[in-house]
Amino acid sequence: MKKEIICTVCPRGCHILVDGDEKSVFSVDGYGCKRGFEYASAEYLSPVRILTTTVKIFGIDSDLLPVRSAKPLPKNKLSECMDIIKNTEVKLPVKRYDTIISDICGTGIDIVATKDIG
Amino acid sequence: MYNIKCDVAIIGGGPAGLAAAISAKEEGAQKVLIIERDNALGGILQQCIHPGFGLTRFNEELTGPEYYSRFVDKAKELGVDVLLNSMVLEIDSENKELSCVNSEYGLTKIDAGSIVLAMGCRERTRANIVIPGTRPAGIYTAGSAQRLINRQNIMVGKKVVILGSGDIGMIMARRMSLEGAEVVMVVELMDYLAGLTRNRVQCLDDFGIPLKLAHTITKIEGDERVTGVYIAPVDENKKPIKEKEEFVECDTVLFSVGLIPENEITNKAGICMNRTTNGPVVNQYMQTSKPSVFACGNVVHVNDLVDNVSKESEQAGKYAARYAMGKLPETKKEIPCTIGRNVRYVCPHKIAVSEENEKTTLFFRVLAPEDNVKLVARCGSEIIAHKKELRANPGEMCSLLVDTSKIVGDEIIIEALKED
Repeated sequence: MKKEIICTVCPRGCHILVDGDEKSVFSVDGYGCKRGFEYASAEYLSPVRILTTTVKIFGIDSDLLPVRSAKPLPKNKLSECMDIIKNTEVKLPVKRYDTIISDICGTGIDIVATKDIG
Repeated sequence: MYNIKCDVAIIGGGPAGLAAAISAKEEGAQKVLIIERDNALGGILQQCIHPGFGLTRFNEELTGPEYYSRFVDKAKELGVDVLLNSMVLEIDSENKELSCVNSEYGLTKIDAGSIVLAMGCRERTRANIVIPGTRPAGIYTAGSAQRLINRQNIMVGKKVVILGSGDIGMIMARRMSLEGAEVVMVVELMDYLAGLTRNRVQCLDDFGIPLKLAHTITKIEGDERVTGVYIAPVDENKKPIKEKEEFVECDTVLFSVGLIPENEITNKAGICMNRTTNGPVVNQYMQTSKPSVFACGNVVHVNDLVDNVSKESEQAGKYAARYAMGKLPETKKEIPCTIGRNVRYVCPHKIAVSEENEKTTLFFRVLAPEDNVKLVARCGSEIIAHKKELRANPGEMCSLLVDTSKIVGDEIIIEALKED
């Protein structure tokens, strides 16, 4: 299946055409450099994104704890992960990089705090 | 009246003020004071919970809170003083005095050896761009919506139209989608994206949000709450084509239509301003037309990357410290940085020539997008710095590193030339 991928490696934003199936890439066209070629192949096979959002703080309505996935998560898991995070509350104090949810949705990746509160 | 003495007084505790404070300390200034009107340090990065910061500076992708926390930690470690909940009212550049109001001490006077302006910028609003229609609830600037959602736990709407494809607008499109709102579309007046390509891919395309280039909102409708907007394509003069107007239902409109450097204090102090950037004119020391006053970050010119702000602010802090200590080299003459082909503005606007030479970064923006360009800084026909870029975009800052010892003649011309 052919897919057009806009490269985000540099400002040029090459439109790269990748052809392949679920397991492998057959061809990559329109890339401007080696990094673009690698980005497009990875983006075709298994796109990943860093997820950032906030978590409710137990007993406090007017503040939130910003969190992130410690590593990029598979793109197709983001909404499932959001459902878990939305129903999570933390108790203060929290330190930056404390694990808030471990191994979210079986991805092996933790959701961690991005700042100190309390 | 409460009175504070310091060597370097920095107005603003965002990324610019923090980097300036750290480098002023490292340069040897004894007492460095940050004056911040909010209740915490970090500035706008406190609400920028998304990643994308620090890629050039730290070589890793950090969120806003992680980025500023590194600077706050360092400032604390170096013993930078901080006055929170304090609004600076005016500065006196001759006597190097600042007046501010603090929620605890009331009116406060600060005596300084030098002053750094790091107030950042604020958003342009609906009123700035004059969009007709009614004035119902549900109209926000993207940044104020971001603060409400990310810091104050208040969701602003369910069905959203965003005007402006700047980075904050696109990031809010993703944020609202993740929080369960429907983002109907992002409307952009220009026929190209205002923000970074990365944000188009990760904030719009990932969520299937349509981007309407060369369109604008012609009218907002609603009585108590927004009920929808009219959008229309624009012609080559950016005038809406009325016949093609269509109604789009929504309950919320976000404006991401540019930023204005916050220079009320600067103007009041009679500091020379640049009409393109709406910020003070500075030399490579980030020194303004008033020698005791330095400026850095978005108050000088609106940046797209905080990494650049930190870099430029370190210059301001370093030379403000030197000024306070009487160690800034005497300026023999000033060479203007002039804009050439396809360049909108350059910062710093001039180079102070002295006994000392250094390598200084010139930041500049192009007027129109172009592929395969050669960025050039030249004095007459003498090229003193150059760099090739595959693409130059107005939304992404360009830079050249210039060795001031190579400067000859009366001006430096910065241009983006088309390569074959």
